[in-house]
Amino acid sequence: MDFSELFRNFPELTTTGLTQGAIYALVALGYTLVYGVLRLINFAHSEVFMVGTFAAMWTWNALGFNQNLSPSGVLISAGVLIAGLLAAVAVSSATAVAVELTAYRPLRKRNAPPLAFLISAIGASFVIMEIIGIATDRAPYGNMPELVSNKPLFTILGAEITPVQIVIVVGALVMLVGLDWFINNTRLGRGVRAVAQDPDSAALMGVNKGRVIGLVFLLGGVMAGVAAVFANLKYGFTKFNLGFLFGLKAFTAAVLGGIGNLRGAVLGGLLLGLVENYASALVGTQFRDLVAFVVLIAVLMFRPTGILGESLGRARA
Amino acid sequence: MSERKPLLEVDNVTLRFGGVVALDKVDFTLYEGEILGLIGPNGAGKTTCFNAMTGVYMPTDGAIRFRGQQISGKKRHKITKMGIARTFQNIRLFPEMTALENVQVGADAHNRGSVPSAMLRLPRFWQEERRGIKRAEELLEFVGIKGRTHELARNLPYGDQRRLEIARALATDPTLLCLDEPAAGFNPAEKVALLELIRKIRDSGVTVLLIEHDMRLVMGVTDRIVVLEFGKKIAEGTPAEVRDNPKVVAAYLGVPDAA
Repeated sequence: MDFSELFRNFPELTTTGLTQGAIYALVALGYTLVYGVLRLINFAHSEVFMVGTFAAMWTWNALGFNQNLSPSGVLISAGVLIAGLLAAVAVSSATAVAVELTAYRPLRKRNAPPLAFLISAIGASFVIMEIIGIATDRAPYGNMPELVSNKPLFTILGAEITPVQIVIVVGALVMLVGLDWFINNTRLGRGVRAVAQDPDSAALMGVNKGRVIGLVFLLGGVMAGVAAVFANLKYGFTKFNLGFLFGLKAFTAAVLGGIGNLRGAVLGGLLLGLVENYASALVGTQFRDLVAFVVLIAVLMFRPTGILGESLGRARA
Repeated sequence: MSERKPLLEVDNVTLRFGGVVALDKVDFTLYEGEILGLIGPNGAGKTTCFNAMTGVYMPTDGAIRFRGQQISGKKRHKITKMGIARTFQNIRLFPEMTALENVQVGADAHNRGSVPSAMLRLPRFWQEERRGIKRAEELLEFVGIKGRTHELARNLPYGDQRRLEIARALATDPTLLCLDEPAAGFNPAEKVALLELIRKIRDSGVTVLLIEHDMRLVMGVTDRIVVLEFGKKIAEGTPAEVRDNPKVVAAYLGVPDAA
């Protein structure tokens, strides 16, 4: 236990933790949205995130930018970043919807038991992972331009803040607030909440359940696509199996905050990011991944439904 | 009476669950603009019949037609769009939504448009949203719970929850409203108020199907009554006719049927 290390680097650890947590939160939302409506853990969601990282990277490469050639000027960088963002969002959401249409919808039509969905989810996850694995020779890819600077911009309370961190945290915040608004204030969001709270009476009120389900997969895919670009900015590297551990941690974050609860997923993501960073300073980086799951078990022992509790309906605080 | 237009035809409907015959060749017609009562002792098949009529169950045999169109086998949200709305015997609101939002979900059924239209065609989206809110407020006033507009459904008193459920069903703009034991758990004063509301609904142009246990309530408000027992129709007619029917009396009092 190295407390001096923790205290000395506390501000730095906090900003890194929040940045990482923001990405977890975005991915966690995908798990929580689908769970809230279908009571299903969409294990293929980790791959929805992974394909987004490749989509963004290849788009940047196609535009002529790579690790040796970054665009110059803020405007061009922003344009390239947005192009990658659009590509990642499009590919991730298309993947998410494709998984729903091929792996889950046919099972629902035949009234399959919950276990069948779980196996189907794991199967879909492996199929996507292997396709990308084969297409990329299972190699790590770091061929990404530096679109947002990683150099400290200013210092707050001893923590150096980089533009990447600002872009990720602000960007994630915009997405989270936007999603929250969408679910709480639009007709489609009302439909999502109605199905989450009582699917049968929602159908009788004219809510098209199939469409609501498609919508939550789509929204989860959009969030995962944005998260994928942020992960590229932060790590500058991706691999066909990147989604596995990352997805597990985002899932952990969703359960930690209370699965099915949007704000819970955000809270869980941020918390997990912070705890991971504090813990690696305290007990060593090699324990980083272990800590995430120990925290999950510890929290669930005391609050089995997560910190904020279950239910998408309870999205309002 | 013959010039009245049939709205919903229950045509020789049989419904079996495994070996159990829940409905046995039930046959009756609901005419536009009337209040029809569906009564019978516990377990007579009222709710089963009701569920078949709203598309929850698919009849094993026979057909249910709404304005001449088959409804059996149709998806539930489609049946709602055709103009059939219902409430539940055990209240099923969206507990974590406000009263207004509950009604809005029903009103949303007529608004078209997909995700992109909600995100891109903003003016139309707001227009629809405003119209939905206005309609929902009118309906909350119509059923008499305007003061509860922004309370969560789960926090409403029982009677108001029932009224909210009716408002939500009306928000789908039904031609036919099916009420499943709406007076369950009401005191006499509340029942009188409910009768008034049901009449008001009919006078606004909505045909009403009422499933009810309370004989007096049914007698007081319905134009015609259909009586079920053990999944079979044993009587049909005006309240006075049904009340004097010996089979009905026997079914309700438990006297063995002489016939």
